[in-house]
Amino acid sequence: MVDMLRREPPAAIAERERRKGRLSSVLIHLELLVVAVIVIFPLMWVVGASFGPGGGLANTSPIPEDASLDNYVHLFTQTGYGRWYLNSLYVATLNMVGSVVLSALCGYVFARIRFRGRKFGMLAILVLQMFPSFLTAIAVYMLFLNFGLLDSLTGLALVSIAAALPYNTWLMKGYADNLPASLDEAAALDGAGRITIFRKIILPLMRPMLAFVAITQFTIPWMDFILPRLLLQSPSKQTVALGLFEMITDQYANDFTTFAAGAVFLAVPITVLFVVMQRYLVAGAMAGAEKG
Amino acid sequence: MTTTKTPSPRVPTPARAPRDTGSSGIPAPVPGIASALVWGSGQLINRQPGKAAFFFAFYAAAVTWEMTTGNYYAGMDFSPRANGGFFVKGLWGLVTLGDTPREMTLAGLVDGDNSIVLLANGIIALLTLCLLAVVAIWSVRDATRYRIRLGAGEAAERSADYFRKTWEGAFAYIALSPALVLVVFMSVLPITFGVMVAFTDYNRDNLPPMNLVDWVGFENFAQIFSVPSWAGTFLGVLAWTFAWAILATATTYAAGFLQAVLLANKRVRFPRVWRTIFLLPWAVPGIVSALVFRAMFNGQFGPISQFLIDIGLTDERVYWFTDPSNPNLARAVALLVNLWLGFPFFMALIGGVLTNIPDSYYEAARIDGAGPLQQLRYVTIPIVQRTCTPLLVLAFVTNFNNFGLVYFLTEGGPDNVDYRFAGSTDLLVTWLFKLTLDNRLYNIGAVMSIIVFFIVGTISVWNLKRSKAIREL
Repeated sequence: MVDMLRREPPAAIAERERRKGRLSSVLIHLELLVVAVIVIFPLMWVVGASFGPGGGLANTSPIPEDASLDNYVHLFTQTGYGRWYLNSLYVATLNMVGSVVLSALCGYVFARIRFRGRKFGMLAILVLQMFPSFLTAIAVYMLFLNFGLLDSLTGLALVSIAAALPYNTWLMKGYADNLPASLDEAAALDGAGRITIFRKIILPLMRPMLAFVAITQFTIPWMDFILPRLLLQSPSKQTVALGLFEMITDQYANDFTTFAAGAVFLAVPITVLFVVMQRYLVAGAMAGAEKG
Repeated sequence: MTTTKTPSPRVPTPARAPRDTGSSGIPAPVPGIASALVWGSGQLINRQPGKAAFFFAFYAAAVTWEMTTGNYYAGMDFSPRANGGFFVKGLWGLVTLGDTPREMTLAGLVDGDNSIVLLANGIIALLTLCLLAVVAIWSVRDATRYRIRLGAGEAAERSADYFRKTWEGAFAYIALSPALVLVVFMSVLPITFGVMVAFTDYNRDNLPPMNLVDWVGFENFAQIFSVPSWAGTFLGVLAWTFAWAILATATTYAAGFLQAVLLANKRVRFPRVWRTIFLLPWAVPGIVSALVFRAMFNGQFGPISQFLIDIGLTDERVYWFTDPSNPNLARAVALLVNLWLGFPFFMALIGGVLTNIPDSYYEAARIDGAGPLQQLRYVTIPIVQRTCTPLLVLAFVTNFNNFGLVYFLTEGGPDNVDYRFAGSTDLLVTWLFKLTLDNRLYNIGAVMSIIVFFIVGTISVWNLKRSKAIREL
């Protein structure tokens, strides 16, 4: 092989290399293109359906001929979508604020303070986070059912916060562990109390992890199905996910274009948020996995 | 501080009294025992009224609560059911689950005990008692230790100073307490309740307040493993759940790896544009994409069936998710949809890892005569593998419990006549959901929850043991 290369003039080698490069470049781009089409087609299709003529599934296309906003108008005037959207927004906001505040505080305590019961507490967190949240959900449903507590959006948010708290605390603790302890010590020497250290020093440094928890906890209630399905009952208390699911499970798929409009209206803000914040989100997921 | 004489001619203040009188005369256990009987009384013996009031407040609150919620009066004929308050009746209910069924009498319908409410109240009482026990132990310990220190000749301490000191030391507990209360009542309580239901006969044939629920021991577990139709469904669903979790994780990982490696190639034009496009399935909410695919694969009206007919591949519509004679078709499509949804995450992740591999590694490999494939095999794959293993385990667990995809896409279908309340694509979690919500077999559902927890727990513990997290505890 080496001998053969040596006998060829350099120009020929370069030429062959270039041709090989061009071929593989074409192949790579071809593959990327095929995958891109597969990725985009379903999304295009649902966006097209949302702007297309109203009605069933059968006559939808990615690029509708006479595009209109009819489905969106229908969505907001004929269905409870606006109400569901506000409900979801309420639960999402509460879930985000509660999760961030509680998990940041707990994470700081577990990372920085040595107290009796700390080890037990962290073990309990590890065990609790292994319980998939829907297992709690079903028990919560049975409890709420018997105590007449069903149908409360605030209750739903509280259950969501509690369900995600062990994992989020674990993330926050892992992040705080990596912050230099000398900062705390210096502040403590200057007479700062625990709360001051937490607020003025730790919180600002934890911003990337705070962002991660805030985004995930804000988006989860928009997509969560099991908890709201179990805990909410009356039509005025539905969330977006429940409403969309009902629209599409309609026997004759008659309402598909309205569903499409609702799906697009839900997906666009979250998609933009995810694409913009992807760096944080991937890094956060990585940190979570490394910490167990 | 101890012997300063005040010029005031008044009698000594109470704070100084214990030192003057025989404070060392009381043996250490006495205040402790006193505190064990009535919280705070030991502190009173130790002449620390502030502390005494603090502990006594908890005691008084607990006793008052029991008294006011119960039915206590002088010379009564006591039974926990009729007279017990929050704690006594709660614990009684937890043990017996009620003993008086609803009855039809001449006066009309007389309500009996509601076993599930009793069970839940019992757990709440038990958890509250556990939290109170912490205060009780603290009180006894404090009373004894303080007396020992006094006996050893240490100076008396004012309650206010003690609480100030405690505030500093107990910051951790105080900061954790809101989260603790939330987790105890929204997480631990339901989990305990769920576990306990697995040992009862709470199901659609036995619903309170019509009927009483009873403890049945391991009968439900025995039923799942020994009644053939249950055991068959369980094993079938379990096998598919494992197959699903393994295949779903492997395919998304492999596809993500491929895309990441291709995108990292220097010949690719506009890599960021491609990357953003490929990230879309990850960014779009999972419920939306799953429901969109459900519509696309709709047997009767869906565009994919239509397309296949148009290009002449089939003559009739394909019922992807509803054809009982073809369960593997539904399974394969579900895996493909999951691949669409799942590969971008691994792509983004592995992309990040790839940019962090120093070029010198590849140069060294090239000098050693490695071609592109060998570089991939001996440099890229091992490094990526090492970083991604914990995430693979996490992805496996997530897929194991991938309720969203299966339920939204197929609702577990197509139907399987051999299964009890389950379809061919049902995972353990979707089956569990159907058992509980649609079929109200709460006890069987609870058994399934416990089984799922053990499987997931075993995997997680195994994963944790390998990682450094557990050693850092």
